[in-house]
Amino acid sequence: MTIEELEQIAKSVIQENEKYDFEVNVCMDLACMSQGSDRLREALLKAAEASGKKVLVRRTGCMGPCSSGPLVRVDPDEHLYHHVKADKAEAIVNSLGSEPVPELQCNLNDHFDKQVRVVLENAGHIDPEKIDDYISRDGYKALLTALTEMTPNGVIHRITESGLRGRGGGGYPTGLKWGTVAKAGGDMKYVVCNGDEGDPGAFMDRSVMEGDPHRVIEGMAIAAYAVGASKGFIYVRAEYPVAVSRLTTALRDARRRGLLGNGICNTPFNFDIEIRLGAGAFVCGEETALLASIEGRRGAPRTRPPYPAVSGLWGKPTLLNNVETYANIAPIIRNGGKWFANMGSERSKGTKVFALTGKITNTGLVEVPMGIKLREIIEEIGGGVPGGHTFKAVQTGGPSGGCIPAEMLDLGVSYDALMAVGSIMGSGGMIVMDDTSCMVNVARFFVEFCMTESCGKCIPCRAGTAQMFTLLSRICDGKGTMEDLDLLIGLCNTIKDTSLCGLGMTAPNPVLSTIKYFKNEYIEHIVNKRCPAGVCAMEALVPEAPVEVLA
Amino acid sequence: MVFSAPYNTSRPKAEQRLEEPCCIPRLQPGGIVAAFTPPPLPSDDKRWKIVNGTMRKNGFAHHALIETLHTVQSAFGYLDDDSIRFVAQSLRVPLSQAYGVVTFYHYFSLKPPGKHTMTVCAGTACYIKGADKLIATAQKRLGISHGQTTSDGQISLMTARCVGACSRAPVVLCDGEVAGEMGGDQMLEQLERWAVE
Repeated sequence: MTIEELEQIAKSVIQENEKYDFEVNVCMDLACMSQGSDRLREALLKAAEASGKKVLVRRTGCMGPCSSGPLVRVDPDEHLYHHVKADKAEAIVNSLGSEPVPELQCNLNDHFDKQVRVVLENAGHIDPEKIDDYISRDGYKALLTALTEMTPNGVIHRITESGLRGRGGGGYPTGLKWGTVAKAGGDMKYVVCNGDEGDPGAFMDRSVMEGDPHRVIEGMAIAAYAVGASKGFIYVRAEYPVAVSRLTTALRDARRRGLLGNGICNTPFNFDIEIRLGAGAFVCGEETALLASIEGRRGAPRTRPPYPAVSGLWGKPTLLNNVETYANIAPIIRNGGKWFANMGSERSKGTKVFALTGKITNTGLVEVPMGIKLREIIEEIGGGVPGGHTFKAVQTGGPSGGCIPAEMLDLGVSYDALMAVGSIMGSGGMIVMDDTSCMVNVARFFVEFCMTESCGKCIPCRAGTAQMFTLLSRICDGKGTMEDLDLLIGLCNTIKDTSLCGLGMTAPNPVLSTIKYFKNEYIEHIVNKRCPAGVCAMEALVPEAPVEVLA
Repeated sequence: MVFSAPYNTSRPKAEQRLEEPCCIPRLQPGGIVAAFTPPPLPSDDKRWKIVNGTMRKNGFAHHALIETLHTVQSAFGYLDDDSIRFVAQSLRVPLSQAYGVVTFYHYFSLKPPGKHTMTVCAGTACYIKGADKLIATAQKRLGISHGQTTSDGQISLMTARCVGACSRAPVVLCDGEVAGEMGGDQMLEQLERWAVE
């Protein structure tokens, strides 16, 4: 495969598409599929055939506003239809070439206007199971450019220049990490993609893997070239069967096209990727635990250093990045580091994909430039809180993050700003809560999650999360005292300072941030034995069972 | 597979840190690696051939443990003592390690599932939208707690950490099929349909 061949494929796809007068794109992401978009696609195919019009019905990845699904976009007019059921297929096909179907049209201009699409540029425009569709939108051009025109150091330099930081949550500078792995010696190196999106309430990585799998593969291949690796692993949750099947198809197609395997693009560069399935353990999102899981062992983290960049899979230098980080690589190579660095805020460059869920009108996937205000995401893009309720808090970063109150909505989203208010960027889950959510109960939910997901290796996390859970349950049951609250804060700080891995170190964040911003709710529970949101029953229905602590 | 080098039985010594010989000694005097013969299949059941296929594809390497257990669970529905023992022997990992892995990961089940499975997502977005009430409703109707199967083996009630359909919360999986914006009554209807089958 050469750049000329790539351009030839792109040209033939575009010529093929020009044969059609209309393109009907059907979102086949999990959320739309759960509402019958697969049946809708079949109905559209049937209706298109019966009508005799030249219509291309295409399956695509996530278009974004999942709450309006199933979504259909008709090109070239770019009409977006929402809540489309299979029985509307005929009406859509009939409307082609004349006026759009009025009852299905949706106006989501506010939703899209503030978004900037880099990672999601292809989602909703290409068929994720067709490699040629990806190639027709400049796919694999970055890989071939890197292989033929750039040195590995040149690639690392461009990534460093872009200012890209790890999108898995930690925010470690990607260029720096690549440089470390490149400098590490040894005959064998690995490139690993973290697709273990264990953070409940986040689904960005799933949508990228389902909607644009080749983008991840291309990013990994460029990374492998830059650091000198020849073998890659994508670690995906077993709970994402669609992502696994689309990645499998994508890998097979990339191998057939000679974009993976030996001597890629007539250069001495060899690289291939294998998929590894997770098995339902949140802690496997932690890098050393993930590597242990790929090696077929229990996903227990280990102490660092040595960092995986020096000693990772089977003791070899290993580059480990998140799905979204890899998805950013190809555009950076194509458009240059400066182009990327021009987007975003001073210390957080580029864009970030967020999964907007909870008590908000437009739930779904949004991609915004870093530095955008939370208020813009929630009120303008998200459409605010529905049902006449008032906004109470937004939770970012999942079980490792914190709750941000209404007063802080003018905060610009960046790694450092979120850290400063006691939350984290995390992988990008953003869960909106309104006045019907009890913050003490929410904190208890997250602590229960961390308690059951703790691998049990270090005591602060194993025993500490269980004790936090007991204290919070007491408060939720109306049996808490003010001393409990002090004890809880002290315990949180101990766990934060002494745990082995990120799971334990960040587990107290939801508790500390809710105590910081919603202390009156805690006091109301403790002093007045009342739950302001009416969630907590305030009386233990069963006699208090001692929590089993395996210390 | 192009990159078979680190995975075949004659791997270099540096790789053996995590690849300690276990059930069958592999390192012979003089450093010659003995040919490994995997144990025979436990029965004539064709599904064992699928399991064996996964292991063969991975060169019977230790790190194929989780992959193989996934295959067993998708073929048989759960993992029993015999299957764990067979996989451990075939991959030459200690039985304790295999059992450790099975019990560590939530995805693996040691009990056979019911004829139908209702899985309620208990992720954050679903929780905020009332998944706890759905779980309570189902538990009350079926008279079991989550993670259990009704005594007639008809329905299993499970919870999931997050299936990634958060925008359609609360979500349940009816026999693996995602159903979003689930209401209590709607879920009960489904349970009733399954119960009378």
